[in-house]
Amino acid sequence: MIWFIVKRLSMLIPILFGISLLTFLLIRLAPGDPAEAYLRLSHIPPTNQAIQEMNVKLGLDKPLIVQYVDWLGKVVRLDFGISYVSKQPVWDELMLYFPATLQLTITAVILTVCISVPIGIFSALYKGGMFDHLSRILSFVGASMPTFWLGFLFMYFFSIKLDLLPVVGRGSLAHLVLPSLTLAFAYISTYTRLLRTSMLENLHQPFVFYARVRGLQERVIIGRHVLKMALLPVVTAFGMTIGNMLTGAFIVESIFAWPGLGRFFVSALSHRDYPVVQSCILLMGVIFVVCNLLVDIAYGLLDPRIRWKGER
Amino acid sequence: MLRMLMVRLFQKKALLFSGAIILIMFVLVLFAPVLAPHDPNIIDIEHKLQAPSWDFPLGTDHLGRCILSRLIFGTRVSLGTAFLVMVVTMIISIFIGTYAGYKGGRIDYLFMRICDVLLAFPSLFLALALIGILGPGPLNLFLAMVLVQWVFYARIIRGMVLSVKEQNYILAAKVSGTPGPMIVIRHIFPVILSQVAVLFFMDIGGIILTISGLSFLGLGIQPPTAEWGAMINDSKQFFRSHPSLMMYPGLMILTIVMAFNLFGDTLRDALDVRQD
Repeated sequence: MIWFIVKRLSMLIPILFGISLLTFLLIRLAPGDPAEAYLRLSHIPPTNQAIQEMNVKLGLDKPLIVQYVDWLGKVVRLDFGISYVSKQPVWDELMLYFPATLQLTITAVILTVCISVPIGIFSALYKGGMFDHLSRILSFVGASMPTFWLGFLFMYFFSIKLDLLPVVGRGSLAHLVLPSLTLAFAYISTYTRLLRTSMLENLHQPFVFYARVRGLQERVIIGRHVLKMALLPVVTAFGMTIGNMLTGAFIVESIFAWPGLGRFFVSALSHRDYPVVQSCILLMGVIFVVCNLLVDIAYGLLDPRIRWKGER
Repeated sequence: MLRMLMVRLFQKKALLFSGAIILIMFVLVLFAPVLAPHDPNIIDIEHKLQAPSWDFPLGTDHLGRCILSRLIFGTRVSLGTAFLVMVVTMIISIFIGTYAGYKGGRIDYLFMRICDVLLAFPSLFLALALIGILGPGPLNLFLAMVLVQWVFYARIIRGMVLSVKEQNYILAAKVSGTPGPMIVIRHIFPVILSQVAVLFFMDIGGIILTISGLSFLGLGIQPPTAEWGAMINDSKQFFRSHPSLMMYPGLMILTIVMAFNLFGDTLRDALDVRQD
């Protein structure tokens, strides 16, 4: 197992390197001059002389490769530079907004698991029944639903019509319900179907037959053996989902005025606050890669075949 | 037997039903100027936020524009952009995926490393960041979507080509001296194209959702162009007093995405031989 993890970790290095390079180059695609953007945001008239001085100050006069190495050296020490807008260190700002996004995403993940796993299991066990059909239709609608529209529908019915939950903002637990449910909805649909398919595939495997022959209780067979196997593709998909959910959170945040990273990022985009934009992109890339690594490790724990293959 | 028949029948029905919705949408796309009762962009403040009437079947928005006409013209923008993105993405992906898969070697290695990095980001996020950096607007929306999507499909197509390449009839064609490009066009494309078509229809719904989502955030199609996501964004501020403004465009998106998803799923099941 240790070797498996070490191997996976070593594969991480070139990818992280690629991510940093892409992030660095991406920002260079922006039309307009960063120095000019900085001056405008600081309310200094962007004269030629001022721009040149700013280029020197921001290190933009050096060759691209030197800039990259400089930037990478700082990033490794968690120095993401200073925001053009607030003049605060970007890292501090990120850490100010990130917990809200993380809270939203983690709640949505928990909701997804708690709702889709039971529905998926029951749909598979009672395949073709009423419940299965109902969950099929619901998940079909769920997968086709625009998140931003769903958010407003929830807000309209639960907050305005029924007056049960707060409309926007962050604070109490009640504030968390609608945004996280909105975010989770599409994933609940996907995972219900995924788990159902995967359960059905495993229900007719020889090991299930063998377990029945051994006289194990049906509950044990389903709960311990089939479910464990059926969860494998679900776990794999989850690695992808976390990143997409974090991005989905950006849209949900803008609907529910949730003070998270998404709103921070979108406002940084509109202000052309390059250090913030760059850091957000890098952060997302790293989170996504780390999530996939964790999923790989979880996969290795769940399925010994993969672990052994890795060790050989 | 009966059950299988029922399933088949349902699938056919699903195919017909979703196909009909898609067809209706395309009629709307083609004949929008004829079918829409008004010009979608004529502003008439005196008649703003009106209830449905004979003149304005679905009422008017906050600038007095006919909502029905805007919905109809919205099909052009949403479907048009989504199809354009998907077609261009697929062409690029087929080209690169086939080349990398068939040639192998250094090109393939380079391609896979590009995949590693680009697929290291959530695709929606990368699109968001790209548009944000390039600046909002339809052209940049298109560019960002294609740049983000092509890797994903190119990798799938590369995989398809790799598995087809090892088949005996390809080896036979090689042995008999058929030139490489000819093998690709005559023997590999026909096999992978049906799978690519399934991918196309399965994912176009998602593309429509992404485009309207980005337009909702104000990063994609810009007002005053009638686009569904942008319309929902516009009606945000009147959402308490006039919730219907938000309902119609949302329902349009839901309907068309559901139709495409159903169509894609049914098509996949119908073409999947393992089902039998």
